[in-house]
Amino acid sequence: MTPDEMAALLERITAHNPRLHPLFSLEFGDAVVGVERAELFATAADLRDAGFDRLGMVTAVDRDEVFVLVYRLHSRSLSAAIFLKTLVPRDDAWVASLVELWPAALWQEREVFDLFGIHFEGHPDLRRILLPDDFVGHPLRKDYDDPRLIRRPDYI
Amino acid sequence: MALVDRISGALDSGPGGVILTSVDALINWARGQSLWAFPMGTACCAMELIAASFSKFDFDRMGTFPRPDPRHTDVMILAGTITEKMRPAVRRLYEQMPDPKWVVAMGNCTVSGGIFYYDTYSVVRGADEFLPVDVYVAGCPPRPESLQDAIIQLRRLVAEESIAPGRRHEQTTTLPRPKAGGDR
Repeated sequence: MTPDEMAALLERITAHNPRLHPLFSLEFGDAVVGVERAELFATAADLRDAGFDRLGMVTAVDRDEVFVLVYRLHSRSLSAAIFLKTLVPRDDAWVASLVELWPAALWQEREVFDLFGIHFEGHPDLRRILLPDDFVGHPLRKDYDDPRLIRRPDYI
Repeated sequence: MALVDRISGALDSGPGGVILTSVDALINWARGQSLWAFPMGTACCAMELIAASFSKFDFDRMGTFPRPDPRHTDVMILAGTITEKMRPAVRRLYEQMPDPKWVVAMGNCTVSGGIFYYDTYSVVRGADEFLPVDVYVAGCPPRPESLQDAIIQLRRLVAEESIAPGRRHEQTTTLPRPKAGGDR
C-alpha cells in the first residue's frame, strides 16, 4: 500500500466513525488510530465489520502515568493493516476484552495481563500465560522491582 | 541378580584388590562408551546439539545417541536457557533418569545464565542451582565439536567411579579441578 492509499484508507475509516481519532496519519507506513478506552469495544466491533477480520497482535507500552495498549488489525478484503491504540491509566488499569470479536485475543490478552498487569474485562480465562502461576508482580512495568534481580554494573 | 549387585556383596567381606579394579574398569569402560543422551533442548543451543547428532559430526561413533525418553538415557545434555517456569520440568525429567546419570551443561545460559545473568526475572542463573552438573561447555552456542569433547571429558569422570562406596580411581585430566586435601 502506498502512502497515498494509506492516507485515503485512514480518511475513510475515521470519516464514518466519530469515535476514532487519527493519532499520527502515517507511522512506519501504517495508519494509526486512537480511541477512548470506554469506546474501545464498540469501535473495534465497527472496524471488524468494516473488514478488519484479523487481530495480529496485542501489546502494551509503559509510558509511566499511562499504558498505551496497541492492537494490530489486518484486513484481507482491503489488503490493509492499521494500529489501534488506547490509553489506560496506570492506577486504574483495565480495558474491555476483545475476545468476543477476535478469538486470537485470548492468549494475547493473557500475555499483556501477565507482563503488564492490565485487566481485560470480560476475558473468559484471564490467567498468567508465560510466567509461573505463583509469580508476584508484572515485570514489564517500568517500576517493577525484584530482590532476586542482579543489576548490571555500569562498566559492562 | 545382576553382575554388579553380586560384586557389591562380595566387596563387603574384605578390602578390594585386583579384581575390584578390573571390574570397575570393565563397567566404566562399558558405561563410558555408550553414554546415551537425553537432549534437554530448551533454547537455541539445541540446534548445535541436533547438528552434533547428524552425519557431519556423527555423535553415534562416540556411542552417544539421543533418546527422547529420560528412562533410556545416561547423560542429560542441557542445551539452552532454563527459565524459572521450566526448572521443575527439567528437574522432574532428571529424576526420571535411571542411575548412574550425568549432566552436561551446554552453553553459557546453562553454565551461568549467560546473557540473561543480569536484570532477569525469569531465568535460572546456571543449571547447577538445581542439578549436579558434571561437565560445563562454554559457548554461545558451543560448536558440536565442543559438545563431543564434553562427552570425552565425561568419560574420564565415568572412569573414576567405583562400585565400592567411597572409592574413586583418580584419572589424569586436562580439566581444571580442585584436588581433595590440597596438593599431593
